[in-house]
Amino acid sequence: MSRVARRIASIAALAVLTVVAFANGDAQTMHGLPREGRGADTMPNKRVGRPSVGKEEYTRYCAGCHGDRGDGMGENTQWIDPKPRDFTQATFKCRSTPSGTLPTDQDIINTIRRGIVNSNMPQWRPLPDQMQADLLSYIKTFSPRWKSEKPGTPVVIPAETPVTTESILRGREMFQKFECWKCHGTEGRGDGPSAAALTDSKDQPIHPFDFTSGTRFKCGTTNADLYRIFMTGLDGTPMASFVDNIKGDQGWDLVHYLRTLQPIRTPESTLWKTWLATHAAELKPIGPESGSR
Amino acid sequence: MKIATSVALCALATLALAPSAHHTAGGTVTGKVTFTGTPPKMKPIDMAKEPSCAKAHTIPVMNESVVTGAGNSLGNVVVYISAGAPAGAPPATAATFDQKNCQYLPHVLAMEAGQKLEIKNDDQTSHNIHPLAKVNAEWNKSQPPGSPPIEATYDKPEFIPVKCNVHPWMHGYFAVLNTSHSKVTGDDGEYSLSGLPPGKYTVTAWHERFGTQSQEVTITGTETAKLDFVLKATEY
Repeated sequence: MSRVARRIASIAALAVLTVVAFANGDAQTMHGLPREGRGADTMPNKRVGRPSVGKEEYTRYCAGCHGDRGDGMGENTQWIDPKPRDFTQATFKCRSTPSGTLPTDQDIINTIRRGIVNSNMPQWRPLPDQMQADLLSYIKTFSPRWKSEKPGTPVVIPAETPVTTESILRGREMFQKFECWKCHGTEGRGDGPSAAALTDSKDQPIHPFDFTSGTRFKCGTTNADLYRIFMTGLDGTPMASFVDNIKGDQGWDLVHYLRTLQPIRTPESTLWKTWLATHAAELKPIGPESGSR
Repeated sequence: MKIATSVALCALATLALAPSAHHTAGGTVTGKVTFTGTPPKMKPIDMAKEPSCAKAHTIPVMNESVVTGAGNSLGNVVVYISAGAPAGAPPATAATFDQKNCQYLPHVLAMEAGQKLEIKNDDQTSHNIHPLAKVNAEWNKSQPPGSPPIEATYDKPEFIPVKCNVHPWMHGYFAVLNTSHSKVTGDDGEYSLSGLPPGKYTVTAWHERFGTQSQEVTITGTETAKLDFVLKATEY
């Protein structure tokens, strides 16, 4: 191996390590969850973006995957899965706004900062706020929708209700009633009867979230993020919006139940384990034969 | 008896007029859509994963992408005025799309841009309605049993594939058009577009597998012009 080749190899290894460090920087640990406000992901970014500057940043950091034209067809696209976002459709997974509406600026800033877990989209939190704002303003030039439409009105998330066994049990009934298990599986493993055939809006196969994997959600880590995810749905994917069917505090019941499916220590899982130790026999299984208690 | 007959006749006349109430006097374009070639064989749908729907069907339900009738007639074709149609407000009545026994009724729903769309769930199972719009905004909403109709409007003309991710065999189309002069053919392939004021029109036939075809027609008065379409069947 020549000196030059050795040097290239070591640079490549360093690059891989950096990417790995990036991806794991905010991993949900097995010993507790970051709660709202802890990370910098959702801190408001009040900078005014400059599309012409953003274009340069975009070409440097984003175009490799998202493509020069913002259509998600960068030179890396053929090698990666899930596929990079196609900005020309202005359809975004992580939104605070109703399904079918544009996300708020802050929604996209939050995604840039936190990245998309289990994908090739790393966290871009180290970029200065001004740079993030510039990128955002350039991303918004790819679809005419940003000129003709306004972002939707964010779904209201009420103050979280107390974590109680009753709340978890009500959430469990919702998991059955709204047929979450059809895709996410009776134990939240992402292996429900409809899971295998799922495709995203670009006809790419897609897996439902596996709650037992212990990873972060695509759109955040907190209970409020979880609430927002099923209320707004993840546009461009099979995950539908439930805001028309789940009202106010009801949503917290479902959040509390979903937390018990994860292999992480949460107030919900601790309470649930204690309750299950003496009451497991009272539960009907989730699934086609009706699982409500 | 005479009165009864005339009442019945009146009722019949009203019924006959009712569907075309939106389009008053004028010319009519009518015809039939057929295909040439060999259409793909449609497969029966296996609804075993949704028992509540499976047991509602005594005979197997077929995929509705290609529906044919006697004499090579072709169903589920949207025939509409694509150019020259008189401008007007979209119909006040909503276009309704129903989910029944895990099927879309109808398979292809034509509506005018700006017209209200109403989506109902008559099933005992949750559906998610996921119209994969590209020109209009894409959305995806859940509709558990017993929930109220979902209301929506599309502003721009587009043929939008619609699917239910939970039940992958459910797929259909919203045909959002710039006109209310449209008809989706049944398996007899027949269509009729009435109430056309004198003028030159482009009539287009669209089929989800076999593509589109356009022809021109001129209406001078209240005559009925005949315009048949022959689409080429493609295997895939």
